[in-house]
Amino acid sequence: MLYRECGVYRTSYAQDATLFPLPADRLGTAVLVLAAVLLPPVLGTYWLRGILIPFLIFSLAALGLNFLTGYAGLLSLGQSAFMAVGAYAGVILYGRYAVPLPLALLGAGLVACAVGAVAGTPSLRIKGFYLAVATLAAQFLITWTIQHVRWISGGVFATINTPTVRIGGLVLDSALGQYYLALAVVALLTVFGMNLARSRIGRAWMAIRDRDIAAEIIGIRLLKYKVMAFVVSAFYAGVAGALVVFCWYGSANIEEFDLVNSVRILGMVIIGGMGSVLGSFLGAGFVTLLPILVSVTVHRLGALGGGPAVNGVISSLEDLIFGTMIVLFLVLEPLGLARLWKTIKDYLRLWPFAY
Amino acid sequence: MRMRLGSVSVVASLAAVLALLVASGPAPGASSGGVVIVPQPIYRTGPYAAGGSGFAGGREDYLALLNARGGLDGIKFQWSECEDAYDTARGVECYERTKKDMVVVWPSSTGITYALVDRSIKDKIPMVTIGYGRSDATDGKTFPWIFPVLGNYWSQASSFIRYIAASVGGEQNLKGKRIALLHLDIPYGREPIPMFQNLAAKFGFEFRNFPLPAPGLEQSAAWVDMARRYRADYVIQWNFGQSCTVPFAASRQVAFPIDKFMGVWWCGSEEDVRPAADLSKGYVTSNFTGIGRNYPVVQQILATVYKAGKGNIDEARVGTVYYNRGVIEAAVFAEAVHNGIKQFGLPVTGEKVRWGLEHLNFTEARLAELGLTGLIPPVTLTPDDHGGVSSAYFQRWDGQKWVRIPGLWQPYSDLVRAQIAKSAAEYRNQKR
Repeated sequence: MLYRECGVYRTSYAQDATLFPLPADRLGTAVLVLAAVLLPPVLGTYWLRGILIPFLIFSLAALGLNFLTGYAGLLSLGQSAFMAVGAYAGVILYGRYAVPLPLALLGAGLVACAVGAVAGTPSLRIKGFYLAVATLAAQFLITWTIQHVRWISGGVFATINTPTVRIGGLVLDSALGQYYLALAVVALLTVFGMNLARSRIGRAWMAIRDRDIAAEIIGIRLLKYKVMAFVVSAFYAGVAGALVVFCWYGSANIEEFDLVNSVRILGMVIIGGMGSVLGSFLGAGFVTLLPILVSVTVHRLGALGGGPAVNGVISSLEDLIFGTMIVLFLVLEPLGLARLWKTIKDYLRLWPFAY
Repeated sequence: MRMRLGSVSVVASLAAVLALLVASGPAPGASSGGVVIVPQPIYRTGPYAAGGSGFAGGREDYLALLNARGGLDGIKFQWSECEDAYDTARGVECYERTKKDMVVVWPSSTGITYALVDRSIKDKIPMVTIGYGRSDATDGKTFPWIFPVLGNYWSQASSFIRYIAASVGGEQNLKGKRIALLHLDIPYGREPIPMFQNLAAKFGFEFRNFPLPAPGLEQSAAWVDMARRYRADYVIQWNFGQSCTVPFAASRQVAFPIDKFMGVWWCGSEEDVRPAADLSKGYVTSNFTGIGRNYPVVQQILATVYKAGKGNIDEARVGTVYYNRGVIEAAVFAEAVHNGIKQFGLPVTGEKVRWGLEHLNFTEARLAELGLTGLIPPVTLTPDDHGGVSSAYFQRWDGQKWVRIPGLWQPYSDLVRAQIAKSAAEYRNQKR
């Protein structure tokens, strides 16, 4: 009754090919978009800077990794390094060479693409965990290169600060401006990603993930699509890295893009659901926002300004609860939060009937 | 489908409860004219928990002491902690969550410091980064809201060379000596390298750096390199956390004498040397604070706060290096508040605290008044000089406790200030 599919007739190819064929989906997406655009001015800088902007940035990085690991089945531990490439490329283009901001973002993505293409070439020869180790090597090599090549990372601190972020005459250094910039970029790339996933390229990736020898036999060029997967995921990571600089930290600092960050993004993909665009967002929300939720809740429930034992317990409790929730969710639904959401939708399709 | 749905509804109700709990946003503060709320992003978990818990304990104890005395000029302090596990994203979120009430922020982490540089300017909250963070923040004109106060890495590096020069009998004897820097290959570890290279050119000694990929727990290859191939005369370590403790065993394996091995002040706490037991006897590090409990203010804290059972840390850790650093961070803040409201009156705001920091004047007399003599060296800040080009102390571990090596080791100020000017200019160029 709520999520009906009957009564939806498609009478043209254009209608058939829309992203959201069902009215419930269209309504839901419209509400989401309106909320994302209209709600933030009333939310205040804490929600924008502390919650929404990191959520958007990590969703983008997780989406990129989802194409590589979820759709194409190529396990990668190097996503953070591609973010670093994008971050430094973006700030160098914008700060040093005064390239306009949209072109700087695009350029950051393209430079990350180039690096991703090189990092992805081993994927033809090695698979699975061995490829993961090769991407691990890429993670360390890329971050080492950025730190040690003076032209890239500048002086002693290996940190480059960005000048005021502006597009033409519009200055974007308030929390709201940064949020809208991140939202616009993420929305654009998400729509692009959704179409990519259901295109010929996306299907080729899924074929490679399921059985790459069979895919090769039916004519899918493995090297081309595997490297394309690396290139696309590096592009997303590069743009996400550039957004880290322009919309969040205001500086490119190599220490932020370490192995721990890569593993965290992989965790977002696994918890959210591999091979699903929605899953990237759910997973990113889970990993970035749940610790904050736990922290705020524990602080509310515990005593403020208590003795050292209480403070130490509160800190450790946050880690404990977060870890437990990851285990709980994966036991509940091993295929991720996207599958959980699909289960809910399936239930709503039949509601109020049982079958 | 039914069972699946059962678990789905469990999850949904959990989510709803949690959402309700947090629906009203971050916890409201109760800041009024007479109470100053001091939220701290700090790390009590993770690999650097020893440091984080020490700082938090020291700061909170000093503020508790002020409260017990009836407040600072009638102002009482109320503190809270926000765990960030040394992670920059969480640290930034903690800052955003609590900045409404903040009048000072102690990032306690270089990554978080960099991330907050721009925001603290916009939010008008001074950052006090004593002994870490950006070394060029001494330049008050370029970094009006950051205060190193008592020491930066470049002064410390040059103090090391002065100390080594004294050990070999004078700067002229430095010629031909080999000095190795064993450091984590992160910006913090690489920061002193230009200073060491400048000094090597000036005095004619050889200098080479041996980077360790983070977290720096595998050091045997670097030690073989330094001790056997490079044949270093002195090794200085610039690490943090567990990578500070590994050298004691690694140096023993290559028979490198412990008395030629020194450490930066973030490798100089009890927690770094105790795990190595006897291997660390004779180890020398630098410091910028006093050591131990023998200071009036620490004794007062023990007598007032801990007697009443209101201590903020394990009592055995009172007087340790990290704890004392927390105490002086709070003392600098309290003095800045005092200066600020003496000039402008209540209520306390970030702007006034910044003014107070820029006019910080810890003379010998003032330190004696506050009971801080010996804990903090006399220091005066100005709007242009936010501190950092200052002398270092050195201390030796005798197996049980740190023992101060007599003397105050001055930096080579002209070289340090030249480096600061260069780096600050680079920053201004980036931000134009």
